[in-house]
Amino acid sequence: MSDEVREPRSSRRRDVPSGLWLRCPGCSKMIYKNLMVERGNVCPECSYHFPITSEERIQLLCDPDTFVEHLKELAPADPLGFIAKRSYRERLDETQSKTGLRDACVVGRAEIGQVPVVIGVSDSRFLMGSMGSVVGEKIARSIELAREESRPFIFVSGSGGGARMDEGMFSLMQMAKTAAAVQRLHEVGGLFVSILTNPTMGGAMASFAALGDVIIAEPKALIGFAGPNVIKQTIKTELPEGFQSSEFNLEHGFLDLVVDRQEMRGTLIRMLAYFCQEA
Amino acid sequence: MENESSAHGLDFEAPIVELENRISELRSFSESSEIDLSGQLEELEKKCEEKKRAIYSHLNPWQRVQIARHPGRPRTTDYIHGFVSDFLELHGDGTYRDDPAIITGLGRIRGRKVMIVGHRKGKTNQEKVACFFGMPHPEGYRKAIKKMRLAEKFGIPIISFINTAGAFPGIEAEERGQAFVIAKNLQAMASLKVPVVAVVIGEGGSGGAIGIGVADRILMLENSYYSVISPEGCSAILWKDTSHAPRAAEILKLTSSDLSNFQIVDEVIEEPIGGAHRDPMSTIRAVEEAILRHLDEVSDLDPEDRKLKRFHKYMAIGRYADQQQQVVEDQG
Repeated sequence: MSDEVREPRSSRRRDVPSGLWLRCPGCSKMIYKNLMVERGNVCPECSYHFPITSEERIQLLCDPDTFVEHLKELAPADPLGFIAKRSYRERLDETQSKTGLRDACVVGRAEIGQVPVVIGVSDSRFLMGSMGSVVGEKIARSIELAREESRPFIFVSGSGGGARMDEGMFSLMQMAKTAAAVQRLHEVGGLFVSILTNPTMGGAMASFAALGDVIIAEPKALIGFAGPNVIKQTIKTELPEGFQSSEFNLEHGFLDLVVDRQEMRGTLIRMLAYFCQEA
Repeated sequence: MENESSAHGLDFEAPIVELENRISELRSFSESSEIDLSGQLEELEKKCEEKKRAIYSHLNPWQRVQIARHPGRPRTTDYIHGFVSDFLELHGDGTYRDDPAIITGLGRIRGRKVMIVGHRKGKTNQEKVACFFGMPHPEGYRKAIKKMRLAEKFGIPIISFINTAGAFPGIEAEERGQAFVIAKNLQAMASLKVPVVAVVIGEGGSGGAIGIGVADRILMLENSYYSVISPEGCSAILWKDTSHAPRAAEILKLTSSDLSNFQIVDEVIEEPIGGAHRDPMSTIRAVEEAILRHLDEVSDLDPEDRKLKRFHKYMAIGRYADQQQQVVEDQG
């Protein structure tokens, strides 16, 4: 449920050096940047998946020029007047001007393999993709849109923050709200494909992200409820290698598929054909 | 319960506990020596009442968190003993294991059939350890939803007692899908055709609390708390250690009055002066009364209407700026 604690690490990861070579956080090898970018921001050595922006993700998954953003006007408020070392307002303003995003997810209508869908993507640049009122509202209302227009709903999650602490109980309640929206879609036979990227934890993972009819993860993503550090402190033992990875979750039966970023669009198109087309 | 409560006196309660101790000493002296001390006793009792009132009318959020965690505070099992008759405990999740950190069973409240679901912290040391101090594993959440589905099948309303520091953070809990079971519970509770009334009786610890907390009515005891993260966890994130938990408790806005102002909670149930741990019986009666009143109100609805209302209740929770709306308001 934390975002601040993870921010430094994530910004380190995001600050890809402008040179030709960079060190992969997955395998620690020096890799050629152009080759990494060419492969969808995936390490050519160990296939570590670098985080990508919501814009890049939409480009990667949707048919060209089909995405039309929905609910763009929603912007975060500061319902608690949350002030710690720095105020939430200040952090919001700073993140907004740095990223050009209003909040941590983008939703809209699009086509994938010519199938009309509603798609949402969280953006980890914005307070670790954590879920506050805006993210919860956008997810719930875009699921409603999918229900009303009989479109499949696709959501790409990436939230190390889980439920956003700075909005307190408003954030926690978004878990119930998004889950209730999934249920309404489910009741009319709508399809929900949940795609998990590194990391999807806490309140995001324990609500909508876990409720896909099909759940797909990118390789080696951190997926779970409690953060590894919290678990370590609670049980006072080291955690096994690969704990809470995509592969760990696949092995324990919680995922349908682990799919490389480069294969994701193709997989989605095949899947939509099964669920949304006659023949 | 009273012995336990005085044995775990909270710092800010010390003046109250001191007076209480003097009263009981004086009373036993007066009884054994057959000397009439009723005048002095009356005076001390009055003083004690005043002290309680003074301290309890100015509680800060961190003090409330401490009261919410007080070992003498009535727990789920105390409410069951207090007003649920013919309680028939039902165990198991049908998949893996019976998690004692969640207690479930059938019962009657003033003759009305209900399914009880609640967190169980345990009373004896052995129980506490078995219950992981009220922190459920995935099988606990599966057990809860299994019994709720059973209740739904037979049209029996559900009463949920929330009192957990959180879902257990451990290796096995993750291996068995803690996030996935909580998510499934949220979805399933949104779909229930029977009335659901949830009461936060102590700690409302994040995902572990809401995992049995999606309801038509959410009630909260005055000195309970409900929060997205524990004050200690919040303190660790913001200040790198847990010592700022009191400050964190303040900024998280986790008290019953905060959440009532935010319209997240439907009713705050008042506690006796001095807190629920000082007078468990009248607390239990107040909770019983509130549950029945809300149950009556939501029972009259058509099942589909009730479900839709529950959905809209949650849809309405959230505060954000809608820039288009702001423009419209400005023009109006």
